[in-house]
Amino acid sequence: MTTPDSGAQHGTVTELDRVTIRFAGDSGDGMQLTGSQFTATTALFGNDVSTLPDYPAEIRAPAGSLPGVSGFQISFSSGDIHTPGDRPDVLVAMNPAALKVNLGDLVPGGAIIVNTDAFNDINLRKAGFTEDPLKNQSLQGYNLYEIPMSTMVAGACEGLGLTSKQVELTKNFFALGVMFWLYERSMAGTEKWIAEKFAGKEAIAEANRRALHAGYAFGETTEIFHTHYRVAAAHLPPGTYRNITGNEATALGFVMASKLAERDLFLASYPITPASDILHQLSSYKHLGIKTVQSEDEIAAIGAAVGAAYGGAMGMTTTSGPGMALKAEMLGLAVMVELPLVVVDVQRAGPSTGMPTKTEQGDLLMSMFGRNSDSPIPVIAPATPAECFTMAIEAWRIALHHMTPVVFLSDAFLATGAEPWRIPNIADLPSIKVENAPASDKPGFRPYQRDPETLARPWAVPGTPGLEHRIGGLEKLDELGTVSYDPDNHHRMNLLRAEKVARVARDIPATELFGDPTGDLLILGWGSTYGSIRSAVERLRARGKRVSHAHLRYLNPLPTDLEAMLKNFKHVLMPELNAGQLRMLIRAKYLVDAVGFNLVRGKPFQIGEIEAKAESLLGESVEAAK
Amino acid sequence: MTQSELPVLTKKDFESDQDVRWCPGCGDYSILAQTQKTMPDFGVAKEKIVFISGIGCSGRLPYYMNTYGFHTIHGRAATIATGLKAARPDLMVWVITGDGDALSIGGNHLIHAMRRNVDMKMIMFNNRIYGLTKGQASPTSPIGKKTKSTPLGTIETPIIPLNLVAAAEASFIARSVDTHSEHLQEMMHRAGEHSGAAFLEVLQNCNIFNDGAWRDFTDKSVKEDRMLVLKHGEPMIFGAEKNKGIRLNGLQPEVVTIGEDGITVADLWVHDETDPDATRTQILSRMWWPDFPVPVGVFRRVPRPTHDQLLIAQIDGAKAARAAKGPVDLQKLLASGETWTVE
Repeated sequence: MTTPDSGAQHGTVTELDRVTIRFAGDSGDGMQLTGSQFTATTALFGNDVSTLPDYPAEIRAPAGSLPGVSGFQISFSSGDIHTPGDRPDVLVAMNPAALKVNLGDLVPGGAIIVNTDAFNDINLRKAGFTEDPLKNQSLQGYNLYEIPMSTMVAGACEGLGLTSKQVELTKNFFALGVMFWLYERSMAGTEKWIAEKFAGKEAIAEANRRALHAGYAFGETTEIFHTHYRVAAAHLPPGTYRNITGNEATALGFVMASKLAERDLFLASYPITPASDILHQLSSYKHLGIKTVQSEDEIAAIGAAVGAAYGGAMGMTTTSGPGMALKAEMLGLAVMVELPLVVVDVQRAGPSTGMPTKTEQGDLLMSMFGRNSDSPIPVIAPATPAECFTMAIEAWRIALHHMTPVVFLSDAFLATGAEPWRIPNIADLPSIKVENAPASDKPGFRPYQRDPETLARPWAVPGTPGLEHRIGGLEKLDELGTVSYDPDNHHRMNLLRAEKVARVARDIPATELFGDPTGDLLILGWGSTYGSIRSAVERLRARGKRVSHAHLRYLNPLPTDLEAMLKNFKHVLMPELNAGQLRMLIRAKYLVDAVGFNLVRGKPFQIGEIEAKAESLLGESVEAAK
Repeated sequence: MTQSELPVLTKKDFESDQDVRWCPGCGDYSILAQTQKTMPDFGVAKEKIVFISGIGCSGRLPYYMNTYGFHTIHGRAATIATGLKAARPDLMVWVITGDGDALSIGGNHLIHAMRRNVDMKMIMFNNRIYGLTKGQASPTSPIGKKTKSTPLGTIETPIIPLNLVAAAEASFIARSVDTHSEHLQEMMHRAGEHSGAAFLEVLQNCNIFNDGAWRDFTDKSVKEDRMLVLKHGEPMIFGAEKNKGIRLNGLQPEVVTIGEDGITVADLWVHDETDPDATRTQILSRMWWPDFPVPVGVFRRVPRPTHDQLLIAQIDGAKAARAAKGPVDLQKLLASGETWTVE
C-alpha cells in the first residue's frame, strides 16, 4: 500500500492559498469525527485553520432525512484566516439529504464528492428528490466525483469477520482518506487516533484503518481526480500550538484564573446547550481541586456560586440564554452584596428555546439590563475561540479586583468553532491575586468601607475572627452595611454601585484599531463576528478603501478611548447577530449615527456580506458627495 | 485557636446590635431566643457559624445573630448554603426559612438540598400563612382557609412538610413548637449536632395574620392529650394520664388505650429515629389532630455521608490517583491533545 510520503502520485499539483471543505452526512455517519480528524491533521501540517461544526438539534432525526444532516466545515490556509469560510469549495456528501441541504452553499464550480451507494430510491425520496440528481443535469455547474464508498469499504474489509453494518460505519474514514490524498495530508495522526480509540477492538480498528487507506489509494490510483491540491503551511508566530474550541479555551482559562488568583474554583451549573461542555471539562479536573456541582436548576446553580463566593472561593456558573434569564434575580443579589462572581452565557439563537445549537448575539442587553432596578454589571466578550482563554482570566481579574459579578458573553459559534491556539507560557501570565479582609480584634467592622481607588468593598469571609457581619439583598447603609431605608442613602448607594462598575474602565487595555485611525468607515463589532469583519476589512483595504476595524472585548463599561475613535470616521457600521443591541448602547452613549447590519439566521456573517454592506455605505457616501 | 481553647460563649455573645423588628407577640421571638441560647452548645467559634435566610418574616433572623449572616432572596437560601458548604466544609451552616420560602418558591431547592445531604441545619418556621406580604395563603394553609388571596377559601391541598422531606431522603427530620421553649431548644441542639441535612419544622404562631393556627393542639391546656412527644427507643405514649398510645397495625397507626382490650405497653409502636426505611417516618409525619396526636421530636436521624464529605473525597481520590503519575503540570494540561511547534 502506498503511503503519503512515497511520492508516487499521479497527476498535477495545484497550489492554493485557501480551501474550505464541508463534510456532510447523516447524523450517524460520523461527520463531526471526520471533520475533526481532518482538522487535527491540517493544523499539525501547519496551516492556519478555522472550523465550524453544524449539527442538528434533534438527538437522532430519522436516518436519511433532511433534519438529520450533520455538517462540519473547515477552512485552511497558507495565510492568516479568521473564519471557517463563507462558502465551501468542496462538499463531501454522504447521502442525498446531505447534498440537498448543502448544495446551495457550495461555490459555483465547486467540487462535490458523493457516496453513490447512498443514492438509492429510499434515500432520494427521504431527501425530497423526485429524480436522482447524479443522473440528470442538475449538477452540471459543479465538479462531481462519484465514488461507491460503501462498496469500496466492503471490499477493503473482507475477511475481518465484521457484520456488513459494522463495515458500513467505516465509510467516513474512506472519505477522509480521499480528502487526505487530495490535499496531500498525512494519515499518521488518524491512524494513531484509530489505534487508541479502538484499543482492544482489533477488528474494528483494522476496518477503519483499511477504509482510510482504501480512500487514500482510491484518490491516488483512479483517474477521476485530475489534480490534487497543495496548501502550503502558514506563517504563524513562533510557539507551540494546539487546536482549541471556545468552550475548551474557556474552561482552561478558568483553571488558569484560579491558579493566578491562588484561590479555589467552584462551578455550579445546570446542563444547557451549548454551554454544557464547560461543565463537563471542569468536572473532569477534580485532581486539580476544582469543585463542581450539577445543580437542580439554573437558579440553584448561580445560588451555589454566590454561596461559594461568599465563602471566599471563585464561585461561577455557566449557561446559555434561557438559563441566563432565570439567573437575573440572583445576579441582582450579587450586585447588592458586591461579591465576585463570573457568569458565562454561551449565547444561542432565541427567543425562548429558539435554536439551541445555533449562534446569536442576542443576550447583550439582557446581560446589561435584565434585572430589576439599576443593577450595573461588567460585561466582557471574547472575539475568537482561542481568545476565550485570556478573556476567562480577564473576567476573574475584574470580578476579584472590583468585587463585582461579571458576565462573560460567549456564543455557540465561538463555543464549538476551533482555531489554532498558541499555548501561553504560564510563567508569563500575571497574578490576579486579591487578599481577604484580615481578622480584627476591634469592634465595628464595616463591610461596605470601600477601596478609594476601585470602590471595591472588603471580601470578609466567614471564619475570619472579628468580622462577623450581616449582608443581604436589602439596601444597606453606606459603609456600615446595616439595613437602611433612608432615601438619600439609597440614592448614594445606587450612584456608588454605578461608579464602581464605571471605574473598571480605568483597568482595561486600550481598544485595538486595525487600519488607519481616521477614514471613511469604521466597522465596530464585538464577540464572534471578529473573523468575518476582520476578513472583510482586509479585503476592502486591499482594494484601497479607507476602512478600519475596532472590536470590543469590554462592553460594560465601554473603553474610554472609544468615543474619540468613533468620531474619527465618516461612518460607523456595526454588524451584529441581533437586532442592533450594541448599536443602541453606542448611539445612546456617544450620539454617533452608527449604521447597523443585523442578520439573525443562527449562523455567522459571511465575509462577503459585510464587504457588500460596507461597499454600499461607502457608495452611498460617494453618491451623496456628488 | 483550637476548639478546646475556645472561651465559653453564652447567649449574649450571639446577640447582634440590631433591634429586633417582628410584630409584638410573634412566635419568631421565641425561636430567636432558643437559637441564641443553643449556639454555645456546639463549641464552635462564632466566626465559624453562618446563618443564611430567604425572604419572609423568618428571613430577618440572621440580622439578629452575632455570627456571619446572609439574608438572600426568596426561596434560594438552600442553594447558597449548598455552595457555601461545598466551598467551606469547615463552617457550621444554618438555613432559616418559612413555609412559603421553603415549600413554595423554594420547593425544588429544598428537595435537592435534602437528597444531596448538604450539611446544613434548616429551620422552617411554619405559620401556615404569608406574613411579610400581609396575609395570603401558603402551601401549608389548610384547605378552605380564607385569606386575602383566597376570599372564598383555598382549594389546594396543603403540603405536609415532614412527609415531603422524608420522601426527599432527609437524614434528620424533627418538629417542635415555638412556645415549647425547652423542647425547641432540645430539637435545635439535636439538629445542630447532626452531620448532614437537618430539617426542623417549628410550628410558629403568626398572631397578626393567622393567630391560633396550631392552638387546637399546642395550647398548654390540651397539648398532653393532643400531641405525642417522640423519644428514641421508647413506646409512643401520650395523654395527661400517660395511658394513650400508638399501635402500628401493618402500615396503619392506631390510637389505643393502655389497659383496655388487653392492650399493654408491649403492643405499642416503639420509636426508632434510626430506622433506615423512611416509610415509618412518613406514616408518623401524616399523623394529625384530631385523628391522632401531632408528633413532635426527632422523627428521623440516619447517618449518611454529607455532600461536602463526598465531594472532598472525590477530589482527594482524584488528586491521589493523579499524584501517583507524577506532579500536576498545568503547562502540560494546556498543551493536551495534538500540538505542533512553529519555529
